[in-house]
Amino acid sequence: MTQLFFFYFAGIIVLTSILVVALRNPVYSALSLLIMFFHVAGLYVTLHAEFVAAVQIIVYAGAILVLYLFVVMLLNVKREDRYHPQLPVGALLGVAILAEAVLLLLQRSDAGAPAAPSAAAPPAAAVGNTEAIGEVLYSTYVFPFEVASLILLVAMIGAIVLAKRDLFEGHR
Amino acid sequence: MEYVLIPLLPFAAFLILGLFGHWIKDKAHLVAVPAVVVSLILSVLAFLQVANGHHTTMPLYTWLTSGDLRIGLGISIDRLTAVMLILVTAVSSLVHIYTIGYMHGEKGYARFFAYIALFTFSMLMLVLADNFLQLFVFWEAVGLCSYLLIGHWYERPSACSAATKAFVVNRVGDFGFMLGLLLVWYSFGSLEYRHVFAQAADLAGETINLLRPFGGTWDVSTLTLMCLLLFMGAVGKSAQVPLHVWLPDAMEGPTPISALIHAATMVTAGVFMVARLSPLYNLSPTAMDVVAVTGALTMVLGATIALTQNDIKRVVAYSTVSQLGYMMMACGLGAYAAGIYHLLTHGAFKALLFLGCGSVIIALHHEQDMRRMGGLKDKLPVTYWTFVIGSLTLAGFPLTAGFFSKDELLVASWSAGSLGQLLAVLGLLTALMTAFYSFRLVFGTFWGTYRGEAHGHGHGDAHPIHEPSSTMTVPLVVLAVLSVAAGYFGISEFLAPALPGPVAHAPAAHHGPAARGIMLAATLMGLIGIAAAYYVYVKAPGLPDRLAQQWQKFYRLSLNKWFVDEAYDRTVVRPTFALADRLWQRVDVAVIDGAVNGVARAVAWWGWLLRLFQSGQTQHYALGMALGAVVILTAYLLF
Amino acid sequence: MIPVSYYLVLSAIVFITGLVGVLIRRNIIIILLSIELMLNATNINFVAFSNHFQNVVGQVFVFFALTVAAAEVAVGLAIIIALHRSKSSINVDEFQLMKW
Repeated sequence: MTQLFFFYFAGIIVLTSILVVALRNPVYSALSLLIMFFHVAGLYVTLHAEFVAAVQIIVYAGAILVLYLFVVMLLNVKREDRYHPQLPVGALLGVAILAEAVLLLLQRSDAGAPAAPSAAAPPAAAVGNTEAIGEVLYSTYVFPFEVASLILLVAMIGAIVLAKRDLFEGHR
Repeated sequence: MEYVLIPLLPFAAFLILGLFGHWIKDKAHLVAVPAVVVSLILSVLAFLQVANGHHTTMPLYTWLTSGDLRIGLGISIDRLTAVMLILVTAVSSLVHIYTIGYMHGEKGYARFFAYIALFTFSMLMLVLADNFLQLFVFWEAVGLCSYLLIGHWYERPSACSAATKAFVVNRVGDFGFMLGLLLVWYSFGSLEYRHVFAQAADLAGETINLLRPFGGTWDVSTLTLMCLLLFMGAVGKSAQVPLHVWLPDAMEGPTPISALIHAATMVTAGVFMVARLSPLYNLSPTAMDVVAVTGALTMVLGATIALTQNDIKRVVAYSTVSQLGYMMMACGLGAYAAGIYHLLTHGAFKALLFLGCGSVIIALHHEQDMRRMGGLKDKLPVTYWTFVIGSLTLAGFPLTAGFFSKDELLVASWSAGSLGQLLAVLGLLTALMTAFYSFRLVFGTFWGTYRGEAHGHGHGDAHPIHEPSSTMTVPLVVLAVLSVAAGYFGISEFLAPALPGPVAHAPAAHHGPAARGIMLAATLMGLIGIAAAYYVYVKAPGLPDRLAQQWQKFYRLSLNKWFVDEAYDRTVVRPTFALADRLWQRVDVAVIDGAVNGVARAVAWWGWLLRLFQSGQTQHYALGMALGAVVILTAYLLF
Repeated sequence: MIPVSYYLVLSAIVFITGLVGVLIRRNIIIILLSIELMLNATNINFVAFSNHFQNVVGQVFVFFALTVAAAEVAVGLAIIIALHRSKSSINVDEFQLMKW
């Protein structure tokens, strides 16, 4: 059963990611990405990471993608050539890395398989996922947490400044 | 203690004039003349002190020491040094005063004084040296000053060539000097005179294998080799054959420096050196013979060439070459005191002759060719009479200083064995030629009718020829007096204890029958020479040309300086230029420039290549990154 | 149980797809979307391992990666808008100022 879910989610993820790269219309690409995000969230749920799944949907699908769509609409891009002249090289590179990655995985999987303390499965389920994350996040990782908020602040200011029109333009 | 001022005052004058000459301009003599005159006074004081038996040695500044080797500056005043000091400062003072008139109104007035001051300083330090290195350094320094002064009128290409020629020819000699210096240090471990002279006798039997680097054997006596190498420097500096070629061309410089440098002081440095190093030379009979024969050759060559020259300064220049040959011959035969004695008197009368020429040249507005002179004896009386006195001294007329010194020299030569006797005979023959050409000069320049063009001062009006100003004539008179009086000071006896000859030689018999015979012979030669010149040039006007026709081969040889310069040009100068040219084309342009430019081109090519990677397109850069990742992965997988 | 290597393969495929997308598309917006793909791939990886090792730290890191992704998108899109304003194009080939 779990396998079914996994393969379904994985399959759609792969398909939609390929579509993102291959489709001509940017809106279609963005929408494919949206579908991918949902299925990734589903994958997270199967991995017992519910909180992350929820955040994924809220942030990625709800905010980031919306932003993308805004910009696509705003810019009103015309149709043009899809592919860069370095397509052959890029594709070749992709195939090469894929092959190597597979090779790597095959090599390592029979050698030292990561020692999995998967026997200790239940204890994590005792506490809820959100609570578990919260416990760690606000104790050990509180500094990165604060820094993350600063990053967001900086990004916000940066985005505003970059996208604003010239400050004195209206004052002629 | 204060004797260090003797060289330092002219040096200070040089510094002041060198740095501030541009603003001092015409007042330059007010700086230079007092400096050198005070040096003269101090030199006289030093002389008196030495005469009373006090030698002074004083190290001034030590640069570095290593064992027994001390490299630095020092002062050592003994009898030889004392007389040289007086010679240098006296002639320098007189030349300074003379220059005030000679270079009056010239553009390079201050610069000239600066350089003469520098020269005086260098020459004094050379003479005062107490070690070989100081001798050498200031040897080079006087060569430099000579170069600067010969090329004083640097807009004239002939002056520049002459200056370069002087320096280069000297350099050839100095190469030998340097090797000699190295050999001295190698053999004695020290460069100071007192150490070297003390140990000199110990080296007597030692030899050096000259072919050792090549695996062969050719043993020569160390002392002989050392003396010969050092003598090479003297050959260059004192214009001995074969390196005499620079001295006549040095006449391109202003006459005062011809008098100072190329008659009285710098050229005598070589003779001085041989005398100073007499303890070494006394131990090497071979070297002394070489010195003597070289001196004799020079003596004869110089005199034969002077017989036919038409430029008055050239005549005096070749006369200097010949007289230097006399001095060197004397030193080579062990008669160092006689050689130096002649050096001193020669300094006086040769400077006089040069300054006299200068006076004539100025009076005739820079005319130097004797064929366009004549009849000047009434118009330039002071010049004429002092010139005659100088010429009489040169010819060895009785009772003049030249008579005494030349006589002393010939007697000493005669007493020095069979070689000495042969060379003394040559000396007598040369005395005949000397008298002849010096009075040829006198008669040609001052007697007869004036053969030049009438000339004005450029203002359009014909101005009569007149005696130059007193700043020029007073030194002439002083030198004339010295030319006669110097014979009575007993210089030779003064120097004899300081400059002993080699042990093997008998002391010069000054009062025996041989001495009287030589005195008579020398006087006779002088008188015959003067009479012959009188006959040829005054009594029989067409005779010189007929003689030139009859003895055409000899005349041509003499007039063209025995074609030495042409020989050098053919054998040395042109091949060197050809070699340099070939090296320039093959090595400098093709290889070196090719390599350097090639490096630049390679760098530019690489830059072009690398530039292609910077297309500005982000995706190309991204591709590069991905490529890198692939490479690293592959490397990881493979290894 | 699904072995963790399956998740790794999935993550690798998505990542490579994103990488190739960056390399071969001309439209800047699609390039940025491809970058999002790559980020997601790594997130999958993190969560998979977090589950495998029963350690919640992986998920915390996903949290942060998400934050950074959001910030990056904001700034990136602002840049695109500024570029579009100056050149009226979002073809990446036309922005060639970063060269010699």
